[in-house]
Amino acid sequence: MNVKVEELSFSIHEKKLIEAISLELRDGEFVGLIGPNGSGKSTLLKNMYRVLKPEQGEIFLNGQDLFRLTQKETARQIAVVSQESNPAFDFTVMDIVMMGRAPHKRMLETDSARDYEIASLALRRVGMGHAAASSFSTLSGGEKQRVLIARALAQEAEFLILDEPTNHLDIRYQLQMMELVKTLKLTSFAALHDLNIAACYCDRIYMLEKGRIIASGSPDEVLRPKLLERVYGVKTQIFRHPTTGKPSIVYLPETVASV
Amino acid sequence: MNNMTQLDALNNRLRFTGIIIVLSALLLASVTIAVMLGPVAIAPATVWKIVFSHLPGFSERIEEIWSPAQGHIVWDIRFPRVLLGVVVGAGLSVAGVAAQALMRNSLAEPYILGVSSGASVGATLVILFGAFSYLGQYALSLAAFGGSLVTMGLVFLLARVRGQISTTRLLLAGIAISMMMSAATNFIVTMAPREEGIRTAMYWMMGSLAGAKWAYLSLPTLVVIGGTALLSFSYRSLNSLLMGDDTAVTLGVNIQRFRIILILTLALLTGTLVAISGAIGFVGLMVPHIVRLLVGSDHRRVLPVSLFMGAIFIVWADVLARLVLAPEELPIGIVTALCGGPFFIWLLRRSSYSFGGGRE
Repeated sequence: MNVKVEELSFSIHEKKLIEAISLELRDGEFVGLIGPNGSGKSTLLKNMYRVLKPEQGEIFLNGQDLFRLTQKETARQIAVVSQESNPAFDFTVMDIVMMGRAPHKRMLETDSARDYEIASLALRRVGMGHAAASSFSTLSGGEKQRVLIARALAQEAEFLILDEPTNHLDIRYQLQMMELVKTLKLTSFAALHDLNIAACYCDRIYMLEKGRIIASGSPDEVLRPKLLERVYGVKTQIFRHPTTGKPSIVYLPETVASV
Repeated sequence: MNNMTQLDALNNRLRFTGIIIVLSALLLASVTIAVMLGPVAIAPATVWKIVFSHLPGFSERIEEIWSPAQGHIVWDIRFPRVLLGVVVGAGLSVAGVAAQALMRNSLAEPYILGVSSGASVGATLVILFGAFSYLGQYALSLAAFGGSLVTMGLVFLLARVRGQISTTRLLLAGIAISMMMSAATNFIVTMAPREEGIRTAMYWMMGSLAGAKWAYLSLPTLVVIGGTALLSFSYRSLNSLLMGDDTAVTLGVNIQRFRIILILTLALLTGTLVAISGAIGFVGLMVPHIVRLLVGSDHRRVLPVSLFMGAIFIVWADVLARLVLAPEELPIGIVTALCGGPFFIWLLRRSSYSFGGGRE
C-alpha cells in the first residue's frame, strides 16, 4: 500500500506537537520513525491511525482520502501494534486474535470457519499456534507482542503501524519482533527507540525533532554523528558493521568524547 | 496444530452450550420451587397447571383441580413476583457487565453512574412526603425513574469535555453526584414527618420485589430484552473496549458513539429496574465476575450466561427474603449481600481468577 501524508499538523492547547509533516511510504517498505522523547513520534502515528484528529493536513492510502473512511473501514486498511497493555479482564489468545476480525464483520454477523482459519493462520505465522487456548495474561512480554501482531495480521490490513512496540522487551524479543515484521512484507511504519535496530531493519528512516521532520532517507543518509549530536545531544561514532553491512552506532561517554 | 485449535474451539462451544442448557433447566426449576414455597405450599404440577390455565389455547384443556385461593396465590401474587425477580436479576447482571466494560474496571456495578442515589431521592420524597401524588399509584416508580435520569444526565454532562467523554471523569462524576444525592436522601429522611415512613423508605432503598404485579412486568421485561439484545449485538465492540480506548479505535470501534450507546443502555436498564424494585445491590457486581470465571471474558458468552445466573440468583434471594422471617419480609438487598458476600470472598481467595487486576 502506498501511504502519503501531506502537511499534517496537530496541537494541544495552542502548542504545536507536530507541524507540517509530509512523508510517503511505498508499497512493501519498512520505514522507521526516530527522534528523541517528546519529538512527536507517537503523536504523528496516533494522527495517522486516527486516535487523534489532526488540525490540518491530509493522508492518502493508495490515493484514497483516509478521513473520508469510517472507523471500521480504516481498521481494514491500517493495523496497529502498540505497547502491550493488559486487557481489563483476561482473554484467551484466540479471543484476542479474533478481535482482529471485528472490522470485517457486520453487527449481526457470526464468526465463520474462515474467520477462525484466518486467526489460527495468523497465530501460526507468528509462531504462537500452540497457544491459542492459553490465557493472554500468562504469556511473556515477547509472546504477548507476537499475539498482538497476529491480531494485526487477522485484520488483513495492508499497512502496519508499530507505535514503539519493542521498548520494554528484552533484546532477544526486540530482534525477534523486527525479524517477524520484516518477513510479513507489509508496508510498515515503526516508531523506534533503538537507533541500531532502526539502522539494521529499516529501508528508510524519517527523523523527527520538535514535531518536524528534519531528515529522511536511507539509514546511511540519516544516521550521521553531526545530526545525532544536534538532535539527541550525544556524541557518536558510526561504522559500517563488517557482518551486517549496516551502520552501527557507538555512543561515546562524555569523558571520552571531550578528549 | 490447526486441528488442535479447531478441537479447542469445538470443545469451548460444547461447554458453552452445556452451560446454557444446565442454566435454563436450573432457572425453570428455581421458578417452580419459588412459586411453590410460601405460607401455603403448592405442588409443582399444580403450579404449572394454574399458569397454563391462564394462557390462551390451554385454558379449556386443563381440569381445574385447585381452589380459587390457590389460583389467586399462584397467578396473582407469587408468579408475577418470581417473574419480576427473573427480569430484575437478569437485567442487573447484564447492566453490570456493561458497566464493567464501559469503565474497564472490575469494581464497576450498575449503579456506578449514580442511578440508585438519584432514584432514592425521588422515592423518599414520595414515601415520606407524598410528593407527586397526582401520579397516583405510579408516583413511586416514576419519581424514582425521574430521579435516576436526572442524576445520570448530570453525571453525563460533567463527564463531557469538549464533546469527549473520559472514563475517569465519568467514574468520578458518578461518585461525586452519588454522594450529593445520598446527602439529599438523608436530609429528606431526617426531615420526615412520620416515623413509620422512614422504615418504608429504608425498605425501598434496600430493594424489594414485594410490589410485583402483572401490570408492572411488561415494561421492565421489554427494556431488559432490548438492552440485552443491543449489548449482545455489540459484543465485538465490548471485547475491543476492554483492550483499551486506543486499541478499540484501531479495531474499528467508533468509541465516542459506542460509549454514549453504552451509557444510554445502562441508564435505561438500571433506571427502569430501580424504579420497580428499589436499589438491589451486589448482584450486578458479583454475577459478571462469576460468569467470567466460568466462560472467560468474551462478551458473546458473558452476556447470555450472566442473564441466567442473575435471574437464578435473585429468584432464590427473594425466596429467602420472603421465608426467613415469615410472615415478615426482609429487604432483598440484605439477602443478596449476606449470601453473595461470602461466596464472592471465596472467589477472591482463588488465585485462578484475576478480577481484571492481571496476574503476577
